[in-house]
Amino acid sequence: MIPEIGHYALMLALGLALIQGIMPIVGTRTNDAVLMSMAAPTAVAQFAFVAIAFGALAVCYVTSDFSVLNVFQNSNSQMPLMYRLTSIWGNHEGSMMLWVSILTFFGALVAVFGTNLPVVLKANALAVQAWIAAAFHLFILVTSNPFVRIADAPFEGRDLNPILQDPGLAFHPPMLYLGYVGFSIAFSFAIAALLEGRIDAAWARWVRPWVLGAWMCLTLGIAGGSYWAYYELGWGGFWFWDPVENASLMPWLAGTALLHSAVVMEKRGALKVWTILLAILAFSLSLIGTFLVRSGVLTSVHAFATDPTRGIFILAILILFIGGALALYAWRAPLLKQGGLFAPISREGALVFNNLFLTTACATVFVGTLYPLALEALTGDKISVGPPFFNSTFGPLFIALMAAMPFGPLMSWKRGDLLGAAQRLLTAGLLGAVAIAAAFALEHGGPVLAPFGVGIAVFVMAGAVTDIAERTLILRLPFRAALRRALGLPRSAWGTALGHFGIGATLLGIVAVTAWGSERIAEIKPGASLDIAHYRLTFDGLFSRAGPNYHDVVGRFTVRRIGGELIGTMEPSRRTFPARNEATTEAALMTRGVSQLYLSLGDPNRDGTVPVRLYFKPQVLMIWLGAIIMFIGGGLSLSDRRLRVGAPRPAKARARLQPAE
Amino acid sequence: MKYLHAFALLIALLWSSPLWAVQPDEMLSDPVLEARARALSEELRCMVCQNESIDDSAAPLAHDLRVLVRQRMQAGDSDAQVLDFLVARYGEFVLLKPRLSWHTAALWGLPPAVLLIGIVMLVVVARRRNDAPATAEPAKLTATEETRVAELLRDEGAP
Repeated sequence: MIPEIGHYALMLALGLALIQGIMPIVGTRTNDAVLMSMAAPTAVAQFAFVAIAFGALAVCYVTSDFSVLNVFQNSNSQMPLMYRLTSIWGNHEGSMMLWVSILTFFGALVAVFGTNLPVVLKANALAVQAWIAAAFHLFILVTSNPFVRIADAPFEGRDLNPILQDPGLAFHPPMLYLGYVGFSIAFSFAIAALLEGRIDAAWARWVRPWVLGAWMCLTLGIAGGSYWAYYELGWGGFWFWDPVENASLMPWLAGTALLHSAVVMEKRGALKVWTILLAILAFSLSLIGTFLVRSGVLTSVHAFATDPTRGIFILAILILFIGGALALYAWRAPLLKQGGLFAPISREGALVFNNLFLTTACATVFVGTLYPLALEALTGDKISVGPPFFNSTFGPLFIALMAAMPFGPLMSWKRGDLLGAAQRLLTAGLLGAVAIAAAFALEHGGPVLAPFGVGIAVFVMAGAVTDIAERTLILRLPFRAALRRALGLPRSAWGTALGHFGIGATLLGIVAVTAWGSERIAEIKPGASLDIAHYRLTFDGLFSRAGPNYHDVVGRFTVRRIGGELIGTMEPSRRTFPARNEATTEAALMTRGVSQLYLSLGDPNRDGTVPVRLYFKPQVLMIWLGAIIMFIGGGLSLSDRRLRVGAPRPAKARARLQPAE
Repeated sequence: MKYLHAFALLIALLWSSPLWAVQPDEMLSDPVLEARARALSEELRCMVCQNESIDDSAAPLAHDLRVLVRQRMQAGDSDAQVLDFLVARYGEFVLLKPRLSWHTAALWGLPPAVLLIGIVMLVVVARRRNDAPATAEPAKLTATEETRVAELLRDEGAP
C-alpha cells in the first residue's frame, strides 16, 4: 500500500507541476493576477506530494519491504538504520527521487519566502521551475520508477554495495544535489527575466543568495566526495579527473564565476547579459553532469545505469532545456539594457578577469570530458583524456587566476589603482617569496615548480588577510578602534576574505601532498618495521573482528617517532560482506597536525606476510579544511545584512500577499 | 557522485585477487629507474578500466603493462621510446594525455582559443564603449509602473 501511495503522489506532483508550469505564464501574458498567483500555492502543494512520495520510499527502506524491487536490490535487513536510509539514494531511482525532492523543496521556498519579489518575475520563475520538475517527474515515472513491486517478495535484500556503506553516502550526494539543484533557481530567474525582457540590479540581489547557497553546498559536496574517495579507495588519491568528478566540477566553476559576476551586477548594474548567460550555463552544466552520470554514456564499468531509454530521455531533457534556454537568450538578451561603465583596471575589471579564467577553465574541463565521447561517436577513434591532460591545461589557468586573486578585493570600483594594490600586497608577496625559499630549503625532490605553487598559495592566503587588515586599518589604528572597525565590516567582506583564504589553503594542500608525499609498498612479517618520514611503524599481527553485516581482518601497527616516543596504533583492515561476497579495504589514518599517515592492507599471504601500502601525506588536510573555510565564508556572506533585509517593500503589499500562502 | 567512481573501482578491484595496483614484487631494485617507471605509469591508461592509469589500477592487464614498461626501461629505452612502443602496440588509447594531431587539435586548441576569444571580445566591447560614451538611457517603465508613478506624483502634489 505504501509504495502505491508514493507512486500516486508522484503522479499528482507531475499534474501539479504541469499546472504550475502553464497557468502563471498564461497569467503573465494576459495580465491576469489570479492565474499568476496560482504559482506559489501549487509550488507548495507540489513539494508536499513529492515529499509524500519520498517519505513512502523511505518507509519502504526503513521497514525493509523487499516486495519493492528497488529496496530488494539495494538494501538488506541486517544493515544499520543509517545505511538503510542512505541507500535510498545509493541507486539510480532513489537518487532521482532525491533530485526532484530538493528541486520542489527549493521551488516551495521561493514560493513561501519570495513575498517581496515582483509578481510577474515570481510567477514566471516558478513556472520555469515547474517545467524542470515536470520533466524529471516524467523521467522517473516513465523510466526509473522506484515503486515497482515484485510478485513474490523475496525474504532478504541484496544489500547495498559495500563501498557505499559509509557515512560519506549520507553526506556527499545530498550536498551535491543541493548545489546542482540550487543553480536551477538562478536558471529559472534568468529565464523569467528573459521572458519578461527586463532585468535590473535587484534581480541580482534576489538570485545571489541562491547562487551562494548552492555554491556552498557544491563546494562542500565536492570536498566531501574527495575525502571519501581518499580514505575509502585505499591509496589516498583525492582527485582523479574522472568524468564523474568533472561533472561536478564544471557547475562549480560556472557557479563560482556566476557568484562573482552577480556581485558586479548587484553593485554596479554592469555585466547583466553575461550574468544571465552564466546562470543558464551553471544549471545546464548541472544537467549535463546528471546526464553523464545517469545515462551510462561513460560506458564500461560506470554504466550501471546502462538502460539506453534513460539516456535518451535525459538527453531529450538536456536538449530541450539547454537548447531552449540558449535560443531564448539569443533572442531576448539584446533587449536587456547594459549599464555601469568601468575602466579595465578596477574591481569590475578584476571580476571580469576572474570570469574569463573561470570560464576558460570550465571550457577546458568540458572539452576534456566530452571530447573522447564525441570523437568516438563521430570518427570511431578512441583516445583517452586523463589527469596529465588536465594538469597541463587546467593547472596553468587556475594558477594564473590564483596569482591575480589577491588584487581584486583591493581595487576600488569603477577605476582602480593597480600600483597601489601592489604596494599594499607587498607584505603578502614577501611572505609568498619566503614560502618559496623555505620550500626549496626544507623539501627535497618533487617537481621544481612545486615551491612556486606553495608561494602562490601563501600569497593568496596572506592577500586575504591583507584585505581584512586594510579594511580594519589594524596596523594604523589602535587595536580597539581596529576591532570596532572589524566588527562593523559587512559580513560579505569577511566572506570574500575567507573564501579566498580557503581556496589558498586548498591549493597549499594539493601542492604539498602531490609534490612531497611519500610512499612505501612492502610485504611485512609480524614484528617487522617500516619507516616513513619521521615515523616507524611496527607490525604487531593480524586479528579478526565481526561487524553488524561484515567481517574484518585487522592488522595492528604500532606507530613511533623514529628514535623516540610511542604515538599510537593504526588498524587498517580488509572488510568482507557475506551478503554480496564482496570486500573493501578500510585504510587506517593517523592525523599529525594537518598531515596524515595513511596505511592500507592487502590480502595476507600464506607465509604469514602481509602486503601493505604506507603513505605520508604532508598538509593533506588543508585540501578539505580549505573547502570548509570557503563554506564558512559563503555562510557569512549569506548572512550579510544586505541580503537579510532584501529590497524594501511597502507594508501594504505584504499584507495583501500573505493569504496566498 | 564520487560513489559511482568508487563503484567502478570496486569492480576493477574484483577482477583480480591481488588488491592493489603496484605490487612489491613488480618493483625494480634501482630506485631511479623505478621512479621513472612510476611517473610514466601515471600517463598510461589501463585499457580495460574506466579512466584509470596503470599505476592506479589493479586489473591484470595493468599489471602486465607495468611489467612491460619496466622491462623496456631495463632494456635501455627512453621514456619516449617506451611510449612509442606502447602506442604502436595498443594505439593512442593507451595515452592519458593525447598527442597533438589533427584529430586532437580541437581538444588542445579549445582552451587557448576560449581565452583568446574572451580577451578579444573584452577589448572590442571596451573600445566600442569608449568610442560611444554612455547615452545612458534609463530602462523604460511598464504601463503599470507609469500609472503608479503618476499616482505617486499626484499624491505628492495634493497636500
